[in-house]
Amino acid sequence: MRELFERLGRMAVTAVTVTGNMFLILAQAVYFIFIPPYKLRNIVKQMEFVGVKSLFVVILTGSFTGMVLAMQSFNALKRFGAESLVGPTVALSMARELGPVLTALMVTGRAGSAMATELGTMRVTEQIDALYTMAINPVKYLITPRIVAGLSMLPILTVITDFVGVIGGYFVGVTLLNINPGVYIGRTVDFVNVDDIMYGVTKSFFFGLIITLVASYQGFYTTGGAEGVGRAATNAVVVGCVLILVSDYILTSIMF
Amino acid sequence: MIEIIDLKKSFNVKVVLDGVDLAIEDGKTTVIIGRSGVGKSVLIKHIVGLLKPDSGKILVDGKDITKMGEREFTEVLKRFGMLFQGAALFDSMTVAGNVGFPLKEHTDLADKDIRGIVTEKLRRVGLVGVEDMMPADLSGGMKKRVGLARAIVMDPEIVLFDEPTTGLDPIMSDSIANLMSETQKALKTTYIAITHDIALTYKIADMVAMIYEGKIIEHGAVEEMKKNANPVLRQFLAGSAQGPIKVY
Repeated sequence: MRELFERLGRMAVTAVTVTGNMFLILAQAVYFIFIPPYKLRNIVKQMEFVGVKSLFVVILTGSFTGMVLAMQSFNALKRFGAESLVGPTVALSMARELGPVLTALMVTGRAGSAMATELGTMRVTEQIDALYTMAINPVKYLITPRIVAGLSMLPILTVITDFVGVIGGYFVGVTLLNINPGVYIGRTVDFVNVDDIMYGVTKSFFFGLIITLVASYQGFYTTGGAEGVGRAATNAVVVGCVLILVSDYILTSIMF
Repeated sequence: MIEIIDLKKSFNVKVVLDGVDLAIEDGKTTVIIGRSGVGKSVLIKHIVGLLKPDSGKILVDGKDITKMGEREFTEVLKRFGMLFQGAALFDSMTVAGNVGFPLKEHTDLADKDIRGIVTEKLRRVGLVGVEDMMPADLSGGMKKRVGLARAIVMDPEIVLFDEPTTGLDPIMSDSIANLMSETQKALKTTYIAITHDIALTYKIADMVAMIYEGKIIEHGAVEEMKKNANPVLRQFLAGSAQGPIKVY
């Protein structure tokens, strides 16, 4: 019994420590966004890594999701004679939910794990210590650019996912399911407005922060050599994905 | 001058530094020797602020760096250079990028001028034409040389060496020892090295301090240390398994 309480106590201490450290690192990273000299080169490099290099996977995911969504919604809506609503169903699902969430999950898998691995390797090979001894703040140099990249790139990627999803849905709906193109576009325009897109974009802003913060934290505090680096990469993906899904529910509840 | 006064550090229940007292003289090479795991790296990490002590002081020119705020300590750090055990070169940068990195971050020098300084520092450590190579393409000895070039690129007053010959063959170790000796004499810099390499110690040290069971048990000029009768020091310098130092 005592062992159980000791274990629970240790888990509680770890949870508090991790949360505290994560908020500390976030506070420092945000503080350094406004303190010159600005590491523009690093920021652009990270924006390219998070944004441009995730483009292919995001386009692929978005377009196939839109195509599947069109087929599934056609199947359901046909039963009510409402096939003309396939367009808005795809567009609203993509803009409000699937676009931001799928983009975030894809970026977590691709960029989050790579970030944690890179920072973890830098930690275990003393490169982060070397930065510190050169009087360069590692949070400013390594983490602030990653968080700025996450905050700025996820909304852009989300809009791209939404767009290719709608195009995918249109392709399936019009060419394969024989929905009239005018009806498809007209209904979509009638039912979907800018607020729906902004709703998803707002979510993606938070997801961008979660992905980069979790990955940076896991990498930055890596211990235990090569095994520790592997653990950091795994944790960055698992914790990142779980937090994205939980925060998605919370954000949806707030903005519903 | 660096003075370490009654420095204590524990990790959970393990006491690593148990009241370390040591004065490091300017312009000389002080080598801190001791067995692996005895706390040498912990001690050196305190000097550059990578670890915070449980208690005690570290005075650099009379000012306690353990009590300094981040901004003030950053200025102190600019007077230091450090060569890490694995050289800690940045994988994503070329050799020139690594060596010139502190100049790029802390000075307004043009890229061309930085390149010139980098080439000169690399030549000083015996490397020519490696500027555009990546760290992954370098041998262990070359990495250490590049690490040394980076450590001295800002002309620091104090350079710290964490196990500078670990992982190198005896010939490369001797070459690094010669290099340290030459650069120290040329630059008149304070060198602090931690090692368990006795050959290196004899080659580069002006002063030697031995750390044992969390304390500095002997400290003096290298010639004095060779004659010192302390059985712990004698056993360590002789590299013998027989003696008061327990072998686990």
